[in-house]
Amino acid sequence: MFSAVAMSEVSDVSVAAESGRIAVRKTYKLYIGGAFPRSESGRSYPVTDSSGGFLANAALASRKDARDAVVAARKAFGGWSSATPYNRGQVLYRVAEVLEGRRDQFAREVRLAAGMPMDDAFAEVDAAVDRWVWYAGWADKIAQVRGGANPVAGPYFNFSVPEPTGVVAVLAPQDSSLLGLVSVLAPVIVSGNTAVVVASEKSPLPAVTLSEVLATSDVPGGVVNVLTGRVAEIAPWLASHMDVNAIDVSGAPGALADDMAVAAAENLKRVIRLPGGDWTAEPGLERMFGYLETKTVWHPMGM
Amino acid sequence: MRFEYAPAPESRSVVTLRDSYGLFIGGSFVPGSSVFKTISPATEEVLAEVTHGGPEDVDRAVAAARQAYERIWSAMPGRERGKYLFRIARLIAERARELAVLETMDNGKPIRESRDVDIPLAAAHFFYHAGWADKLGYAGFGPSPRPLGVAGQVIPWNFPLLMLAWKIAPALACGNTVVLKPAETTPLTALMFAEICQQADLPPGVVNIVTGDGATGHALVAHPGIDKVAFTGSTAVGKEIARLCATDGKRVTLELGGKAANIVFDDAPVDQAVEGIVNGIFFNQGHVCCAGSRLLVQESVAGDVLAALKRRMATLRLGDPLDKNTDVGAINSRAQLEKIHLLAQAGESEGASRWSAPCQLPDRGFWFPPTVFTEVSQAHRVAREEIFGPVLSVLTFRTPAEAVQKANNTPYGLSAGVWTEKGSLILWMASRLRAGVVWANTFNRFDPSSPFGGYKESGFGREGGRHGLEAYLDVLGGGDV
Amino acid sequence: MVLGDPGGIVASDTSLRRFLHGLPGVDEVGARARADTLATRSVKADAKRQALDLAISMIDLTTLEGQDTPGKVRAMCAKARRPGSGAPPVAAVCVYPDLVPVARAVLSSGAVLSSGAVLSGADGEGAGNGQRSGVAGRVRVASVATAFPSGRAAREVKLADVRSAVAAGADEVDMVIDRGAFLSGRYLEVHEEILAVKSCCGDAHLKVILETGELGTLDNVRRASWLAMLAGADFIKTSTGKVAPAATLPVTLVMLEAVRDFLVLGGRRVGVKPAGGIRTAKDAIRYLVLVYETAGESWLDPRYFRIGASSLLNDLLMQREKMETGRYSGPDYMTVD
Repeated sequence: MFSAVAMSEVSDVSVAAESGRIAVRKTYKLYIGGAFPRSESGRSYPVTDSSGGFLANAALASRKDARDAVVAARKAFGGWSSATPYNRGQVLYRVAEVLEGRRDQFAREVRLAAGMPMDDAFAEVDAAVDRWVWYAGWADKIAQVRGGANPVAGPYFNFSVPEPTGVVAVLAPQDSSLLGLVSVLAPVIVSGNTAVVVASEKSPLPAVTLSEVLATSDVPGGVVNVLTGRVAEIAPWLASHMDVNAIDVSGAPGALADDMAVAAAENLKRVIRLPGGDWTAEPGLERMFGYLETKTVWHPMGM
Repeated sequence: MRFEYAPAPESRSVVTLRDSYGLFIGGSFVPGSSVFKTISPATEEVLAEVTHGGPEDVDRAVAAARQAYERIWSAMPGRERGKYLFRIARLIAERARELAVLETMDNGKPIRESRDVDIPLAAAHFFYHAGWADKLGYAGFGPSPRPLGVAGQVIPWNFPLLMLAWKIAPALACGNTVVLKPAETTPLTALMFAEICQQADLPPGVVNIVTGDGATGHALVAHPGIDKVAFTGSTAVGKEIARLCATDGKRVTLELGGKAANIVFDDAPVDQAVEGIVNGIFFNQGHVCCAGSRLLVQESVAGDVLAALKRRMATLRLGDPLDKNTDVGAINSRAQLEKIHLLAQAGESEGASRWSAPCQLPDRGFWFPPTVFTEVSQAHRVAREEIFGPVLSVLTFRTPAEAVQKANNTPYGLSAGVWTEKGSLILWMASRLRAGVVWANTFNRFDPSSPFGGYKESGFGREGGRHGLEAYLDVLGGGDV
Repeated sequence: MVLGDPGGIVASDTSLRRFLHGLPGVDEVGARARADTLATRSVKADAKRQALDLAISMIDLTTLEGQDTPGKVRAMCAKARRPGSGAPPVAAVCVYPDLVPVARAVLSSGAVLSSGAVLSGADGEGAGNGQRSGVAGRVRVASVATAFPSGRAAREVKLADVRSAVAAGADEVDMVIDRGAFLSGRYLEVHEEILAVKSCCGDAHLKVILETGELGTLDNVRRASWLAMLAGADFIKTSTGKVAPAATLPVTLVMLEAVRDFLVLGGRRVGVKPAGGIRTAKDAIRYLVLVYETAGESWLDPRYFRIGASSLLNDLLMQREKMETGRYSGPDYMTVD
């Protein structure tokens, strides 16, 4: 049954009873092209906390919303990928600043989503902020670690540079509504890719609140797009979309992930499929490097 | 129509100057035994009183740095160290205007340069290095490279806050603590930086600022309690330091003087090359170690290039450094001005032709007009010795091979410039120039991610980029860069 | 290098191409950096006051819309010669050829004010106490021609366009070059077309629009500038204003370098006109600084520098207002026409 604490947070009736004040409840919408539209289908679905209590209705995205998100991501790609790495790093750091400022709000949402103790929720939010900071600091270092001059045998200057691949579709982990989400999203955009994220189906609310943070942190509209809804319904449309360059299927259950990987082959998307594991551990480089192309340039050295 | 720009002075009121500054040791400002004054080189007015750090003060500072290193900083995870550096970067950006005005007042450089170059690059340096603090295992020095300990850092007066950033940011990112001695004539932005460290809540003792003169610097560099010496300044002093530290096991990096060749070929984009020549030697009044102080111009276009250069130099505006339209500011000190005069005199007496841009020199302060010596050969002192002022020496060459030969014909090797539309020639030249930084179709470009440092007597070690971290890590034997 | 034998250069497509491609290249990054640095110049107080008036006196006040009518042109011309609050008249108005007669009528003879007063004939007597521009006498009438803005029509049609504008009373002709011919390397054709247009101009002076937004590179801007100057252009102009990007500081920088060098080599002073996209007084002053520090003060004169603009005038007037009254002004206090 509901605990007394859970009830007072799920239902603001008792709060109102004490102070007489009725809360203004947030509406959770999609985040596409820098704006917050409802689903074009007009649908929504109820989101519950870990004990089944009603939290809010989230937008139920349709394939057309997914299509629009890809268009927005593609449109934003030119500008974001040609920003200097220093600038991208600063924008990501700004996201961390704003996220930190909303620490209490996120801790409440994470706690409700996962049913964890408040201390653990704060720890998760802190880890999510630190995760953003970790990735922010990568922006202007990727080329030095992943690129370099190649000592070819001949009078040529030869160098390899990493470049972002383009529009990346990401299925956020089902069970880590903030830290896991941040861990699969930041590595996409730090190098200049743009993203279409499908939030955790059962715990989408922190993803929408994160969108609010992105929208107010100098992240250009369209760089990140967030869809909430049935993963099985919209993910396949992203997996088969010919204007999506890469896809992270790790957040999908096994059989769905298989289908998506097969569909992705149609335009040879780069497919990331990594086991979940402990999101608090320092990530390796695979997620970040998985969305990079490598360009090698030759130029003669002579008079 | 005559178009006079009216005076457009940046206001000094944004800066709150104290009458007197102590030393920054262990997180607070503490008094020392004696003081000295710092002046504005543009007006000769006294700006503030600053404490002279004696040997006992250096002792205290090193002890504070050692304590902070052992008890707090070396144990702190890189992720948390990084966040302090991010805070400092943001604070520099927030207080950018104050810092820029103060830098101009203390150093004499135009406000446009402090505002658009020095301060933004200083903030960027901290921002870049903040991100390395928890990624050192990816820098190419092994999976978990350790810091060295306490670093003693001595910086010059030409880019006071920027040189401070080049030293402190990587040192802290790698887990070291520091004692930094700013130049005698430019202590003020370092002292404001100390306030910024306080605002960032940086643990006491991680950064210590000891102001003073050459003796203070010597005491610091010679101190047995430090593990690492980093010095930027003249080659003469650099050699002294190398001698001093040759047998005491300290790690040393030196960034010294230069006499860079700025090489202009007959197919150079002329208008941009002229800008590059001007920028190369008159930016920061020529007080730049990597200044393009020798113009090597292909003989076939020398006449045209020089005519265009003189025409361009006539539009340089020399005057009040706080005026937003000033291009050329004051020489940093009387002593430096005398050195420049001496070498310019040598240029004339050795037979080179001297030309200066017509400009009005203010009555007070230390000023030298942008000057060009033509018909210079490698034998002239003005072609061999670093003048460190707005004086360009012009030599000619016939072929690329000859350009390389003349460019390399110097004990220095810090930087070089190459101007040509031909890409393969750029790369051919770059591969043969014995210089740590080669600028092609540009000059005086800096970035925290771009390693900077010299060959030969311009010093050793690199600052900036992944390569620059090596100086502050305990990389034993096989550490490849 | 001195242009000892200009005829030799334009003897053939090949020789013209060799000359144009032999000009020093432009490093785009360096050119942009120079333009950016010059844009930091701070022009205050008396210098700003002078600069605002100078900029006003250099404007070619422009209307080039399909929906232009005589009424619209009359209103613009009235404002051109009397911008208000003591400001000097602009240099010229710029219209389509069929509206040249309307413009000439307003600008040449006395116009009747709403108060019933009749203005005197030659402009300048009734021009208020504003500073006189360098153009003696009345505000000039410039006409676009040569199938503006695209330039895509047969040679005879384009020349007829020019002749009709001149016959209608245009003092200045703003032609467009054939960008198709330029980009496909038919330089001689472009050159000859400009010569032909110039010969139809009579006493009218010729501005040659390069349409820099379509030329792609600053190297092409340099080459097109020289091509136009060799063919006798009185002015080289950046844009039609119908294509983005229109005028920019780096493009204008390259053109100012070209006219500066052409004076040395060709012995003739050619003017420069950036047009399109210059909307604020701040922008305009940046252009004046560019002229001053690149080509030199002798170009700071409406005879050698013009700004093609429409909404710029009001912003210059607003800044002027602020300098005089110390208060920021608003659109309600500026006339729309």
